[in-house]
Amino acid sequence: MFIIKYKKIFISISIFLVVLSIISLFVFGLKIGIDFKGGALTEVVYKTSRPNQESLDTAFKSLNLDSILLQPTGDLGYIIKSRDLNEAEHSLLLKTLSQDGKNELTETNFNSIGPSVGRELTRKALIAVVLVSLAIICFIAFTFRKISHLSALGRQGVASWKYGLIAIITLLHDVAIPVGIFVVLSHYYGAELDTLFVVAVLTILGLSVSDTIVIFDRIRENLNNQANTAKTNFNEIVGKSLEQSYVRSICTSLTVILVLSALFFFGPVSTKYFALMLIAGMFFGTYSSIFLASPLLVLVEEWQKKSKKS
Amino acid sequence: MRHRIASILLVLILGGSVGFFVYKTEPKLNKNFETQKAFFKKFPFRLGLDLSGGSHLIYKADVSGVPSGQVSDSMDALRDVIERRVNIFGVSEPIVQVQGGGFISGGEHQLIVDLPGITDVEKATAMIGQTPLLEFKIERPEDEPITIKPGKDGKVDLGSINLEAQFVSTELTGRYLQKATLEFDVNTREPRVSLQFDDTGTKLFAQITKENIGKMVAIYLDGSPISTPVVREEIPNGQAVISGSFTPTEAKLLVGRLNSGALPVPITLISKQTIGATLGDNAVNAGIKAAIIGFLFVAFFLILWYRLPGIIATVSLSIFITIMLALFKLIPVTLTAAGIAGFIISIGIAVDANVLIFERVKEELRSGRSVADAVSTGFSRAWFSIRDSNISNIITALILFWFGTSLIKGFALTLGMGVLVSMFSAITITRIFLSVFNFIGNGKITRFLFSSGLTR
Repeated sequence: MFIIKYKKIFISISIFLVVLSIISLFVFGLKIGIDFKGGALTEVVYKTSRPNQESLDTAFKSLNLDSILLQPTGDLGYIIKSRDLNEAEHSLLLKTLSQDGKNELTETNFNSIGPSVGRELTRKALIAVVLVSLAIICFIAFTFRKISHLSALGRQGVASWKYGLIAIITLLHDVAIPVGIFVVLSHYYGAELDTLFVVAVLTILGLSVSDTIVIFDRIRENLNNQANTAKTNFNEIVGKSLEQSYVRSICTSLTVILVLSALFFFGPVSTKYFALMLIAGMFFGTYSSIFLASPLLVLVEEWQKKSKKS
Repeated sequence: MRHRIASILLVLILGGSVGFFVYKTEPKLNKNFETQKAFFKKFPFRLGLDLSGGSHLIYKADVSGVPSGQVSDSMDALRDVIERRVNIFGVSEPIVQVQGGGFISGGEHQLIVDLPGITDVEKATAMIGQTPLLEFKIERPEDEPITIKPGKDGKVDLGSINLEAQFVSTELTGRYLQKATLEFDVNTREPRVSLQFDDTGTKLFAQITKENIGKMVAIYLDGSPISTPVVREEIPNGQAVISGSFTPTEAKLLVGRLNSGALPVPITLISKQTIGATLGDNAVNAGIKAAIIGFLFVAFFLILWYRLPGIIATVSLSIFITIMLALFKLIPVTLTAAGIAGFIISIGIAVDANVLIFERVKEELRSGRSVADAVSTGFSRAWFSIRDSNISNIITALILFWFGTSLIKGFALTLGMGVLVSMFSAITITRIFLSVFNFIGNGKITRFLFSSGLTR
């Protein structure tokens, strides 16, 4: 199988992409949305024409609301980002936007989140991330407990915990790259880290681990079948298993990616970035289970052999 | 053979009736929806605030003054009070819930109020913050007459005379009310509101009545007098009756408002969100469009790549979708934009199981088995992969559901349900359909129909 033959190239591609993602994370930084840091988002649509940005900006100065960010949306709308507003400040803002009632508008969306709610959500998100990661690690450990008796037989092979470790490395890879893509999007298109972002990351964890497990499952089965004919090479078995499972791997991801693209192109605005994150996660999840996890497995096995010989 | 065909018919009939149910209960699909039986009207889709428009308010409850053992009691009391206030104003399907101050939410006690259809935040918060103000006033002492100044032209502007000033406030207010009940006068059958004060209120009321025998005591509600009875004797037991000229409905409303009374703990608004109805409508339409297009993409791919099994998978996928939609209506699941996204992803996952099976079947065919054999071995071998790959999704969905805000919960619920239902539909339904094709035999055409992709 060519993937095993050129494994170092594929592993390098993955390392390159992950490093690129991490660098962009540090260079651009993540824009944290009001879900987590608190603040207010007001969305208005004007009836006839929207006033130009400068005149509103100058009008805002008298409001005493610290910094106000004005973004045009659609043909007649604005999104206004500010610190969290109380009732009085909110109605004052609307009054200013409507230029003291001269320019009629409707408020389509208003969201004001106090800092304490943001802190609470951050806390919840962190707990959820930690718990999902722990649960998935436990799940991986549980799934691969069966392989260990094979290596206990003295057969050349890779210990069960190493399968688990590789599955986790693959997971990190699958999450890191979509996060990197998101960081770039956030820098150029103003996407913000919100609750849905966290949900996307966690869903990617769930979706991509299953893909890796299906392929490792195949390797396990083939190792079992050939336990008696010890002649076959470890990397040949891995190559064969890959050959048997890559079509299904690509097909299943393709169906999920198809529905996700429908969601991205035609779905609600609020879930656009969410869908995009998941598409990236799904794509790299599949890529990594074929081009990263299995090559890594072979690489580990080769290292083991070398250290035994020396 | 016969029982196989029977089971296929059964699946089709069941799937069809579930589909019929979804169709009949959906006003958008049905022109005669209004004229239908009441049964079908009971199950609309329940849309979350981000889709239906409305307000989402989060209040922080200050429980520092409450003894630690009674915190959850007073939070429940708070929820009841707010619920009553919201209900009085006739919002359809409001949700009022208490969020405990456990480890996860960082020790803060919160009250979350969802008001569908209310897009005016100020109106909404006013509605919730409002306590009916019940006051007891006594006649102004005669030595403090109301002064009326004639205007510059010598005329008295009658509008400027504050007639209410003939009464002065007392300490007794609705704060000291223990309970209000609706009763009917034994003689006149007129509705009246009976009040029972608490200990302090009883003392105050006794004092007021004692000092004002023969005079009027005015009962004010929200700043206007509703009843001005004359005191005949001291009332020591803390009971009073308001017998204004109420209609029974008015009296009932007043009782409700009085009983909803003061809040047991002070609350402050810390977060508010309003979504306009148009934005919600657009999101619903976009969600439906995405779901339909996503389904068509997948069906197209399945049939093109897997041929006959692909058609079967498409049928079982359709049944999966109708089951999910029916469950959304029956449970009912509150659908949000994220929830629809979860559902759409679960369509993809539902296919995943079928793909696993078909790839296995294909392999078994290549290794020289007969079609019937390949189908049954393929199923049993694929099961472990299906189970394993779904477990991780179920884990994620469970944890997200446990810890999420309402937005995340919607996603976790639809995704989790989707995974569970898909395991049933992909395996059971597809299997029943495929099993009937065993009789076709092992000819070239059958093999062609059962193989897939670009391979022979």
